[in-house]
Amino acid sequence: MTGTILGASDISRALTRIAHEILERNGGADNLILLGIPTRGLPLAHRLAARIADVEPSFDAAARCGSLDITMYRDDLAKHPTRNIGTTTLPSSGIDGAVVVLVDDVFHTGRTIRAALDAVKDEGRPRGVQLAVLVDRGHRELPIRADFVGKNIPTARSERVHVLLTETDGEDAVILSDGKSSDGKPADGATSRQGSAE
Amino acid sequence: MKHLLSTADLSREDAIRILDTSEQMAATQDREIRKLPTLRGKTVVNLFFEDSTRTRISFEAAAKRLSADVINFSAKGSSVSKGESLKDTALTLQAMGADAVVIRHWASGAADRLAESSWMRGAVLNAGDGTHQHPTQALLDAYTMRKHLIGAESGPGAGIDGPTGNDLTGLTVGLVGDVLHSRVARSNIFLLHTLGAKVVLVSPPTLVPVGIGAWPVEVVHGLDAALETYDLDAIMMLRVQRERMSGGGNSFFPSPQEYTRLFGLDGDRMRRLPDHAIVMHPGPMNRGLEITAEAADSPRSVIVEQVSNGVAVRMAALYLLLAGEEGGE
Amino acid sequence: MSPSAESPQDSTPVRSTPAGSTPGAARALVIENVSLLGESLAHIVVQDGKIKLVRVADAAQGSDSAHSSDSAQGSADVLRADEVPEGAARIDGTGLIALPGLVDLHTHLREPGREDAETIESGSRSAARGGFAAIFAMANTTPTADTAGVVEQVWSRGQEVGLVDVYPVGAVTVGLGGEQLSEMGAMAMSRARVRVFSDDGKCVHDPVVMRRALEYVKTFDGVVAQHAQDPRLTEGSQMHEGVVSAELGLTGWPAVAEESIIARDVLLAKHVNSRVHICHVSTAGSVNILRWAKAEGINVTAEVMPHHLLLTDESVRGYDPRFKVNPPLRTQEDVDAVRAGLADGTIDIVATDHAPHPDEDKDCEWGAAAMGMIGLETALGIVQKTMVDTGLMSWADVAHRMSQLPARIGRVEATHGLPLSQGEPANITLVDPRAAWTVDPNATSSRSNNSPFGGIVLPGRAVATFLRGKPTYLDSRFEGSFA
Repeated sequence: MTGTILGASDISRALTRIAHEILERNGGADNLILLGIPTRGLPLAHRLAARIADVEPSFDAAARCGSLDITMYRDDLAKHPTRNIGTTTLPSSGIDGAVVVLVDDVFHTGRTIRAALDAVKDEGRPRGVQLAVLVDRGHRELPIRADFVGKNIPTARSERVHVLLTETDGEDAVILSDGKSSDGKPADGATSRQGSAE
Repeated sequence: MKHLLSTADLSREDAIRILDTSEQMAATQDREIRKLPTLRGKTVVNLFFEDSTRTRISFEAAAKRLSADVINFSAKGSSVSKGESLKDTALTLQAMGADAVVIRHWASGAADRLAESSWMRGAVLNAGDGTHQHPTQALLDAYTMRKHLIGAESGPGAGIDGPTGNDLTGLTVGLVGDVLHSRVARSNIFLLHTLGAKVVLVSPPTLVPVGIGAWPVEVVHGLDAALETYDLDAIMMLRVQRERMSGGGNSFFPSPQEYTRLFGLDGDRMRRLPDHAIVMHPGPMNRGLEITAEAADSPRSVIVEQVSNGVAVRMAALYLLLAGEEGGE
Repeated sequence: MSPSAESPQDSTPVRSTPAGSTPGAARALVIENVSLLGESLAHIVVQDGKIKLVRVADAAQGSDSAHSSDSAQGSADVLRADEVPEGAARIDGTGLIALPGLVDLHTHLREPGREDAETIESGSRSAARGGFAAIFAMANTTPTADTAGVVEQVWSRGQEVGLVDVYPVGAVTVGLGGEQLSEMGAMAMSRARVRVFSDDGKCVHDPVVMRRALEYVKTFDGVVAQHAQDPRLTEGSQMHEGVVSAELGLTGWPAVAEESIIARDVLLAKHVNSRVHICHVSTAGSVNILRWAKAEGINVTAEVMPHHLLLTDESVRGYDPRFKVNPPLRTQEDVDAVRAGLADGTIDIVATDHAPHPDEDKDCEWGAAAMGMIGLETALGIVQKTMVDTGLMSWADVAHRMSQLPARIGRVEATHGLPLSQGEPANITLVDPRAAWTVDPNATSSRSNNSPFGGIVLPGRAVATFLRGKPTYLDSRFEGSFA
């Protein structure tokens, strides 16, 4: 089924549920750090942090939310034109001993998360790493799983998942296309310069 | 970017991209684990036909921090004793599987010749060719200036949100010393101009090339006059060679003492700079000749930081040349 | 074995007999409907190495080269049967221009010493292909041509090869060291009969040595050909000093280093009442000084090289050593000035400064590369492109500047540079001004390939060269004529 899979309110409800699941799973927000993977993982991480702060007022959303750029850890650099490197921002206390929740928009082959795990390892030694994604489209190529999923969307390999967010694209939507569209919308990031979800 | 040979080849967008990438590389150097896996499996050869431990080490560090394999090749030979030919050396490196060659050579144009030739296929990074260009030096100089002056508290760069994504428009930079023989000067002049800065050359007439009229610079023949006429945001002291200052038939200046008197940066001259101005030097310094200890070691001096910025900039250069698909961008 | 029995392709026969010495060895030939100096159509009959007859086909025809082939009236005055020698080869000169065999006053043949770059034979072959009947071989060989022995060796070998008359140039100073005069008298009296003396490659920079040389050559009507380059102003020089050198970071070769020596030497020549020749003039300032000197009545002659008529220092961008030469390529203003100087006679002649170098001396970084370009086969085409086709010179002027005047300066005007008329030696060059061709540096008779003109289209070229009636170069179109 192609077309809009999730609308703005669907996305909002999913993020609220994920925020509560994170808190439930970790018994609160102590030692929690959210790291969004650019591009669209970042605004999602900020939204999750805001929802967590709504429930647990002691959680400082601004301080405990950061970005993790994984460009330099990708295993497919040589297959694409040179990518720009994004910014990595961590809480000033670092990530040692914390529970790091990686946040990304689309979970696909798992290679992005594998690169993210390598990046996290070079930044410090967290107590644990968990993964929250808005959409899981299947077709894993590595033995990696997500802890928190907004929506499972079965897809054919040729199909493309487009995540649009207000912060980056002016609207909230998750759209599935058949992969042959030339509407100028980026695919799920395979050839874009700004990082991708796989 | 296929090769990095000359700053004259870089567009404003190219230059800003390199500087922004350098910022990200520099950020990783503050972590405990400074190494990145990005260029794993790539081979970088340091091909040095001229001795330069500092530059070679900087490139070696940059390559290794990106997990590339480094081979150091010190070739013998000079303009006097011909030694190994550039062509044969390049063919050897190609056989060894070099993905990139960082070349320093005594002949101007050597990096260009290597890149144009069919002797090897890898990326060519010019680490200094004769008196022609030294692009990574100019890039690390521009990076240093941008970091300190754009988004600073005072000066023409104040009021800008920060270094990232920005050029050097509004800044006035002084290059002091032997421009005629300086590849650092040439690289800086073209890059600073591309990035929108104003360039002032402070140099004796004997050390300025005859064709200087065509360059986008202003020329002053004395440091005091320069300090009076311009508000320099950055002053870069170029290294002068004592052999050229001997007063003899082949020299360009009557004596080192006279050079220091007219062009040397001491504490007094340094204090005439605007408060926010920084003092730079590509190294190695001749303390007491072109710059005094007081100036070199003052809080305004960013000379030591230039060295560490050099590693970040060279990491960025290697990344941009090697990480993407071959022939792309 | 006489050369005419072999069928010439687009290159000359390998073995050759001394030109014109054996009766009947050079086959008679008839060149029909050719344009004499681009001016009038004619038939030329050559026998026993001399021009036997010139029948101007239409005396009223005064058209220039490009149109002479169009006229049908030329066939009005056909040669009578008895005017055509028996067994004569017939060459159809339609569309071609006949010039007196060209004379190059400045060539480097590299033999003895650097036979890997060129030999007297390969250089002669290249010269013949370029339309030359005589070349002056510079003295910077190994050993230096500073004794009668060496010049006689060069001269003999040239005779043996027999494709061009090779006139050795004698060094002014021993070993080109610039200090001690060489035995110029001995060289003048040798079989080589040297009249041109030069340390080319280096400048006779000591003013006293130059003065003595200028005085001394008067003994035998010799001339000193000066390579004008003040060595102190050009230490380590790599290219012209100007805007381009500043950007490329290459040590500059300032124009004043050439001009100051020329100024000095014309004044010296005036003072001691001698004649002086200036090699490879390359700058506007030099042309101005020469113009002044000639106006003063000073006995100075000068030459310009084809590359200085065409290329500028912009070519050096990219650091390809094929463009590295001494004196260097200069600016467009200089190119314009030397063209104007050649046109108005301030510069007397065109010479090639053919300077072969093996590949390894050019396939390297600029600073390590040798200076020089080959040029025997491209000279005529470049002169046509820059001077004739632009209207600055006529073909008659080309004959004057590339044959007659160089022969006179070199004191060989008894055998070369002579008019194409009855009784004169049959040293003839046939030029096709419409045979456009693309220069391929690898397709040359020279042993070396260091030409900067690769890929350039030249409008015309020599298609046949005759030395005392013997064909030394024939384009493939004449295959049938000599069968």
